[in-house]
Amino acid sequence: MMEGKVWKFGDDIDTDIILPGRYLIYTDEERLSQHCMEGLDSEFPNKVDNGDFIVAGKNFGCGSSREHAPIAIKGCGIRAVIAESFARIFYRNSTNVGLTLIEAPGISQYVKEGDKIQIDMDTGVIIAGENRIEFKKLPPFMMGILEEGGLINYLKKNPNIEPQ
Amino acid sequence: MTKAEKILAKASKKDKVEAGDIIIADIDIAMTHDLTGPLAVESFEKIGTGKVWDPSKIVIPFDHQVPADSLDSANNHILMREFVRSQKIENFYDVKQGVCHQILPELGHVLPGTVIVGADSHTCTHGALGAFATGIGSTDMAMVFATGKLWFKVPETIRFNITGELASNVSAKDVILHILGETGADGATYKACEYAGETVEKMSISDRMVLSNMAIEMGGKTGMVESDEKTYQYLEGRVKGGKSTINRLKAEQKRFITDLESPSLEIRDIDVDELEPLLSCPHNVDNVKPASEVDVEIDQVFLGSCTNGRIEDLRDAARILKGETIADSTRMLVIPASRETYMKALDEGLIKIFVEAGALVSAPCCGPCLGGHTGIIGPGETSLSTSNRNFKGRQGSPEGEVYLCSAKVAAKSAIEGRISVPEL
Ligand code: SF4
Repeated sequence: MMEGKVWKFGDDIDTDIILPGRYLIYTDEERLSQHCMEGLDSEFPNKVDNGDFIVAGKNFGCGSSREHAPIAIKGCGIRAVIAESFARIFYRNSTNVGLTLIEAPGISQYVKEGDKIQIDMDTGVIIAGENRIEFKKLPPFMMGILEEGGLINYLKKNPNIEPQ
Repeated sequence: MTKAEKILAKASKKDKVEAGDIIIADIDIAMTHDLTGPLAVESFEKIGTGKVWDPSKIVIPFDHQVPADSLDSANNHILMREFVRSQKIENFYDVKQGVCHQILPELGHVLPGTVIVGADSHTCTHGALGAFATGIGSTDMAMVFATGKLWFKVPETIRFNITGELASNVSAKDVILHILGETGADGATYKACEYAGETVEKMSISDRMVLSNMAIEMGGKTGMVESDEKTYQYLEGRVKGGKSTINRLKAEQKRFITDLESPSLEIRDIDVDELEPLLSCPHNVDNVKPASEVDVEIDQVFLGSCTNGRIEDLRDAARILKGETIADSTRMLVIPASRETYMKALDEGLIKIFVEAGALVSAPCCGPCLGGHTGIIGPGETSLSTSNRNFKGRQGSPEGEVYLCSAKVAAKSAIEGRISVPEL
C-alpha cells in the first residue's frame, strides 16, 4: 500500500508544461527534476515531498515524446501519477523509466489538492477518505518493470522475456 | 485489415493482425536527433549490447539546437558525433541538413509500407508517404538500437475522408486544424489516422505531410496517406536503388491498401468546400477558431518547422510578402525546413523577397518551434507560428501566447502586425 499527498492538475497537461523544451539539453534526473512542472508552477519541485502523488484530468502527458518529462516527475519524488487518461507515448515512456501511472476515470471528482490518499496496486483500489476508487490493475509484465525501476533494469534481469 | 494492420502484419511476419493485438515488429528505420539522442545513447549503453543492430538503418540528424547555442548543447553534439563514429552509423546529418521530418523523406529514408520509429513525436509525418511511422521515447529507442525490434499494440484506425475544393486563401494546415478542432486533443489517442478522399488525392506530398504531421496533436499513433503516383514521383531520385526500388514499391502497393469493411476502421467524412482560414488559439492545439474572428496584435511571426517550412509554404508566403513591408511592431523569422528547401528558395528569389520585406532568414533548423533555441518569446509576447504546438511556454515564456496558422495567414499578418486573413 502506498500513501501520499495529492498535487492536483487539470486536463491536457502537456510535456512542455511538465518539462519545457529548453531543459532537454539535460539527461540527468536531478537537473531535470528541478524544472518539473515549471510551465505552471516553478516552485513545484520544492513543494513536493517524497512519495507524493499527482492527480490529473484527461490526456495527461500529451505532446512531445520527450522521456525527460517522466524522468523529471519521478526525480522530484512523485511516486505515481493518477489521471482520467494518459497520452500514448507518455504512458510508454513512464513505464520504461519506472514511473507508475494509474488510469482511474472519475478520480478528479473524489480528491482535492493536499488530500492524503492510499493506493493498493495489488487489488487495484485507491482509497480517498470515504471513497474507494477502483482501477484496472497493471499486467504482471508492467508491474515487473516498475518494480525494477524501469525497462532496462528489468531486461537485464529477464533477458529473454517477450514484452507481452 | 486496415493499412496500419497490414503494415504491422508484414513487419511482424504474420498473415493477419487485429487492432488490440500486441506484436513485435521489425523496424526499417530508427531516427533520433540531437535533443532526444543523448538520452537514447545513455540508455543504449546501459543495455550493454555494445553494437547497434544495424548501422545502415539508423538515421541521426542534428536539427533542434543547430548550431549549438550553449555549452550543454555543444556537449550533446559531441556525444552524438562520437556515437555515430564508434557505431559507424551510415546516415548522419550534421548541422547543415535541416529538420528531421523534412530530411528523412527528402533523402530517401521513407518508403511506403515500412515501419519507421523516431525519438520525436512528429515522426507520424512520414505516414504521408504511406509508411507506418510513429514517435517513441528514448528507452524504446535504445531497445531498437540494440535489437531492431519494438513491441506495438496494433491500433484501430480513423479514416478522414476529405472532399471538396479549398478556397485560394485556405491551406492543408486549415484542413488539419479543422479536423483537430472537431476531434479534440485526445480524440485519436492510440489510433492510427488515415487521410483519404478526393481532396487528399489532389494534394501535393507537402500538403499531405502537413496532415500527417499533426496526427499526434489529436493523440494519433500515426497519420497515413495511401501511396500513389505522386508518392512515387516524389521518391524518384531520392530512394536507394532508383527505378527498381520504385517498381518494387509500386508492385507491393496493393498489399497495403485499407479494406473499407475492416472492423477496426471508423470513417469520418469531412467537407472542406466552405472552409476558411483557421487559427489554433492559446494554449491548446484543439482550441480552433476562424482567423477572421480573432483580432490580436502580434510581436513575432515564425514561418518554418516540420509542419510548414517547406518550399510550398515559402512560396505561399512570398507571394503575399512580395513588395510589402513587415509591420514595425512585428518581427518575422523565416526558417526553411531543410537545405534543399533553402536552396530552392534562393534559386526562386524567395529569400530576397523575405529579406526585403524585413524578415530574418536563418539556416534550416527547428528554430523557436520548441522554445529551446533561437527566437524565443518573452513574457506577455504573442507569437503567430506555422508550427504545430501552442502549449503554454512552448516557444519560450509561459506568460507568452502562441497562435498557430498557415503560411498564408502568417505572411498577411506579418504585414498588418495583427492577425489578418489574406484575400481570396
Ligand atoms: S520543427 Fe518543431 S515539431 Fe518539428 S521536429 Fe522541430 S521542434 Fe519538433
